[in-house]
Amino acid sequence: MASHESTFRPASRAGKWLDERLPLPRLMHGQFVDFPTPRNINYLWTTGGLLTFFLGVQIATGIVLAMHYIPSAGDAFSSVEAIRRDVNYGWLLRNIHMVGASFFFLAAYIHIGRGLYYGSYKAPREVLWILGVVLFLLMMATAFMGYSLPWGQMSFWAVTVITNLFSSVDAVVPGLGTRIVQWLWGGFSVSGTTLTRFYALHYLLPFAIAGVVGLHIWALHVVGQNNPTGLDIKQPSDSVPMAPYAIMKDIFALSVFVLLFAWFVFYLPDYLGHSDNYIEANPLSTPPHIVPEWYFLPYYAILRAIPDKLLGVIAMFSSILLLVFIPWLDTSRVRSAKYRPIYKWFFWFFIISVVALGYLGSKPPEPPYVGWARFFTAYYFLHLLVILPIVGVIEKSRPLPRSITEAVLGKEPAAQGASAGGGK
Amino acid sequence: MIGLRTKAAVAVLAATLGAGAAAWAADGEAAHIERQHWTFSGMLGHFNAAQLQRGFRVYTEICSRCHSVKRLSFRNLVQPGGPAFPEAGVRSLAADNYKVDAEPNDQGKVLKRPAVLADHIPGPYRNDQEARASQPGGALPPDLSLITKARSIESHAPFYMVPLSMLRDILSGYQEGGADYVYAYLTGFKEPSKDVKVPDGMNYNEVFPAPHFTAMPNPFAGGNDAVKYDDGTPQTVDNYARDVTAFLAWSGDPALAERKRLGLLVVVYLLITAILLYFAKRRVWSKMH
Repeated sequence: MASHESTFRPASRAGKWLDERLPLPRLMHGQFVDFPTPRNINYLWTTGGLLTFFLGVQIATGIVLAMHYIPSAGDAFSSVEAIRRDVNYGWLLRNIHMVGASFFFLAAYIHIGRGLYYGSYKAPREVLWILGVVLFLLMMATAFMGYSLPWGQMSFWAVTVITNLFSSVDAVVPGLGTRIVQWLWGGFSVSGTTLTRFYALHYLLPFAIAGVVGLHIWALHVVGQNNPTGLDIKQPSDSVPMAPYAIMKDIFALSVFVLLFAWFVFYLPDYLGHSDNYIEANPLSTPPHIVPEWYFLPYYAILRAIPDKLLGVIAMFSSILLLVFIPWLDTSRVRSAKYRPIYKWFFWFFIISVVALGYLGSKPPEPPYVGWARFFTAYYFLHLLVILPIVGVIEKSRPLPRSITEAVLGKEPAAQGASAGGGK
Repeated sequence: MIGLRTKAAVAVLAATLGAGAAAWAADGEAAHIERQHWTFSGMLGHFNAAQLQRGFRVYTEICSRCHSVKRLSFRNLVQPGGPAFPEAGVRSLAADNYKVDAEPNDQGKVLKRPAVLADHIPGPYRNDQEARASQPGGALPPDLSLITKARSIESHAPFYMVPLSMLRDILSGYQEGGADYVYAYLTGFKEPSKDVKVPDGMNYNEVFPAPHFTAMPNPFAGGNDAVKYDDGTPQTVDNYARDVTAFLAWSGDPALAERKRLGLLVVVYLLITAILLYFAKRRVWSKMH
């Protein structure tokens, strides 16, 4: 853990007694009260707190929903309807869980975008970043399996399409892909068996996420938070204690985000979903357009942009796995894009590409959408594999402030930490 | 000069956007569907009990010949926020008009018993196979409990208008696409143009996805006065379609009124909390700037 002097003083005799035996309150105090946070972090740094909050919300509502849900092909759809209609406040629990998944991803995308812009993946934060990519993958797996549970038409056909992707392995080792798909399904088609195993995994994975979140926060508190300047904390006036400063900011941001969340839970519960999922799964009737949830659309667009099935699958998976290598693909010695005049433009075009891919993923795979999907897919990979390494070498960065304090106050502190009153 | 150039640029831009919009509208599959005014839309939305009662009458007299609303129980018809029929009336409706399977008796025979409030409303057929067999074209009349949730209006907005139309729908809390579709469908049985050949057993409906052939015949072919209203509401096809759509919207979302009422409290509470937290945050940070 990042070293700083502890201000923890147990107030009671019982507290002192425990402190000498299991200093858990001291650990918490050190990590979440007087932990030094850069004084210049902006509201984008509140997304980590939001994500932790939404993980808690999803687990809490999910456990109660699990008490009423029946994971069988015959009863799943009806049990969700029973939750909506007959369980006390079941409609509220279900709306929170369903919309919560979307807001979890919304916060995650902002969080990842912030990391990319301010170079939060650069040394010494590589492990922190990789743990983040692991969390992202676990979230995607959990969300995908969760989406199968209502057993509506989109649930069923999304599972069919996505699990069938593994059959593309047949192009390399004939027969192997088919075997993998049958192994995933637990049979020769998507069925109640598939639903039951997805349900078991949907209940398991969130706890794996919680565990990796623990590691993510641990790694964060070893190296300390990045900030908009990308500079390290060098002096006491560069930082403020986490409580009350960062905590207060986090709570305010949370209240605004939860306000938006509540608007969707109460007034737009179905806005982010697909109306076909209110039709019970029917293996004999394929919907005209099968689309995943909005947060998977960019990857779905990449999958369909490639004419070859196997290559499409490889492109889709590598578009996420490539994120692992960003700390080494980015050759720039400056962390924050604020001081990188060329990279900044490419960054925003990368964001536009991902949003455009999201839009194209929702459209049928036909001209002119496919052409554009290919263009933005090409840029996605070009950005990560070519632009990121080259720009880092040729770019001349803008002058950096000497310290975080100078970036905020416009001057260095006269005496040590005098103006700030913060730090340790 | 600059003014003229700006005007020309605006005109060119408008023409391009207009042409783009027209091109995008043309490749859409479904017809344009008008948004209707519903009592259950928006922040203060709620169902009108009288309208739901009329809608239930339209459902039982017309739709229920082929369609079920199997996710509704008789007790739902009594609940506040819905049609709120008098309990005694629903009890006798259930007992007099509907028979359901009883538990097996001591001989193992399954006899019929009169329905009670706790029973789901039985549909016209015992199963899907019987439903199909009873239709001239063999098409399955879907259960209508969730029909307004299971339908939506396709957006034909060109891509550059998508953010704006999303924003409009989010700010207005627009969730009535399914109801708008069902209403448009029910009133969409029109005479096709001369060159359209409607196959046997099919019917022409202008809002049904191309080629606009649907197995369901016009439910209101009898025209006005097909269903008798006793609350003074004019007996028109438009009112029948509107009222039965409202009834079906309720059957898909019986908790809507409670949801919106509670939502208002939650949103106002969070808004005040956020404002207070903003000032608290400013106060805490005031020493730092």
